[in-house]
Amino acid sequence: VIEPAVLTILLPAAGGCLAFILGGRSTPWLGIVVSSGALATAGWQAVVVWREGAQTYTLGGWGAPLGIDLYVDGLSSVMLLMTAVIMLAVGFYALGYFRSPPGGEWRERQAFTPLWLFLFAALNSLFSSSDVFNLYVALELLTLAGVSLVIIVGGRDALTAAMRYLLAAFAGSLLYLMGVALLYAEFGLLDLRLLSEVAADTDPALVALSLMTVGLMIKTALFPFHAWLPRAHAAAPAPVSAMLSGLVVKASFYLIARLWVEAFPESLSVSAAQLIGLLGALGILWGSLQALREASLKLVVAHSTVAQVGYLFLLIPLVTETAPAWQLDAWSGGFYHVLSHAFAKASLFLCAGTILYAFGNDRIESLRGLSARLPMTTFAFGIAGVALIGLPPSGSFLAKWLLLSSALGSDQWWWAVVIAAGTLLSGAYVFRLLRHAFAPAEGEATMNRIPRFMELVSLALALVALTLGLRAAEVLQLLEVAAPFVEAVP
Amino acid sequence: MSDFVLYGLASAVLFSIGLYGFLFHENLIRKLLALNIMGGSVFVLLGAVSHRNAAPDPDPVPQAMVLTGIVVAVSATALALAIARRIEAETGAPALPEETESE
Repeated sequence: VIEPAVLTILLPAAGGCLAFILGGRSTPWLGIVVSSGALATAGWQAVVVWREGAQTYTLGGWGAPLGIDLYVDGLSSVMLLMTAVIMLAVGFYALGYFRSPPGGEWRERQAFTPLWLFLFAALNSLFSSSDVFNLYVALELLTLAGVSLVIIVGGRDALTAAMRYLLAAFAGSLLYLMGVALLYAEFGLLDLRLLSEVAADTDPALVALSLMTVGLMIKTALFPFHAWLPRAHAAAPAPVSAMLSGLVVKASFYLIARLWVEAFPESLSVSAAQLIGLLGALGILWGSLQALREASLKLVVAHSTVAQVGYLFLLIPLVTETAPAWQLDAWSGGFYHVLSHAFAKASLFLCAGTILYAFGNDRIESLRGLSARLPMTTFAFGIAGVALIGLPPSGSFLAKWLLLSSALGSDQWWWAVVIAAGTLLSGAYVFRLLRHAFAPAEGEATMNRIPRFMELVSLALALVALTLGLRAAEVLQLLEVAAPFVEAVP
Repeated sequence: MSDFVLYGLASAVLFSIGLYGFLFHENLIRKLLALNIMGGSVFVLLGAVSHRNAAPDPDPVPQAMVLTGIVVAVSATALALAIARRIEAETGAPALPEETESE
């Protein structure tokens, strides 16, 4: 019997290899078929977890500690579903985007399908693995596929941005790997769940965890390690930016949360947690202020990622030595934000790609008249923007609500101030863009014809982000299957 | 001093040398060499861990990790070198442009 968790990894990996070998003009469609299959298995996985609780799969019949276990709980299922939906949407969008000029030459565009599927496989294996070394391999696959995707169209900006991205991610990986080696030296185990049983607050464990955390912070682009992100995400082709900003940065955050909150909760002191929260807060402010100043659309959206990643790290101080009810609120709120931001940000980047595709540039001044020329994209952009700010009924409204109630409930009012300030700032940069988009057009602009389905994909993602707040009960229930803190909450 | 401590210290020194080289060299080839030295330091530590208890049969898990780690490091280095060559073809030097301008 093949398990769904294995299939979600195997399908895109095998599809990627096949697409690479076959080449040719039909490979994008092969990619669509394969990623639809991966979406179906992710759905199947979610149903299994929903009905029967968290699942452990031993690969090849060799269980941990010697073998590698896959472990899928509610959080993993939600992440897998999110990844599958966004990857499939991006694949559809890419069918149009890579058809003409901004997509580069045919030879270069051909590289998209295999790399997109490899990235998909890496994300899936990261979200369903519980072995710290296997997670290292998944992180590296993510980096290799992500960096290669940034440069498929080429150009000087993309090359230097990709190099910065690769250097930062490579260094981050090595810090993480050193931490893995030290953990193994200390405990003789690699499985996160076995580690959580023996976890002790020892000095070597703390050194190992600190190295791993700094490495992962670099990969998540937490302030002050964010410098590589905006240019890499802005220089990449739009479908790639959507995957990198929407999904890839979340993967390393997910791992930080698993490490600290699930495996080694005793090792995190209140002061260290406050420091991590402070970095998150600085990221929110810095990213938002930069987003207000940038002159090109994709750079605004990329800086907004730096800001939105900051919110995720507020989770850490809110779960450290607070009452279980506030811990659970912060945990669910943090991951609801991951979910909502992934859809909103993917949609924003796809809209930016459509604008770039139509007009050949994405300067903010040239957005004038957009609402008349590309009404559907303007609509999608507006909705995704609203979801990004966190107005009801969007998913990030709910996420911020949970984070706020956790901050106020646990008497850490300063994080509530940060969340409020960040929300106002994100409102400012989103409305700055919309103001230009709704301004009357000046003169005639030449415009490339846009395939209608490209606009529809970005609209669909924006609508998911907006309506995530409406089906919150079901999503939260799935998210909280075997989550930490659930049992402690009365 | 036991062998394990000696290897551990050697690993720490190599890691620091690599980190220093990575942060302070401008040339991309040097940066990549420095990253590989950092990687080597982790492999030294893992090798020592596998033999720590001086048992006749060393622990195979860290050795498998070294093997996989080498494969990953080679792939990442190969990709980075390919990008570095293309940057050199574009800008004339294997360095990141903004940094060369600020010299």
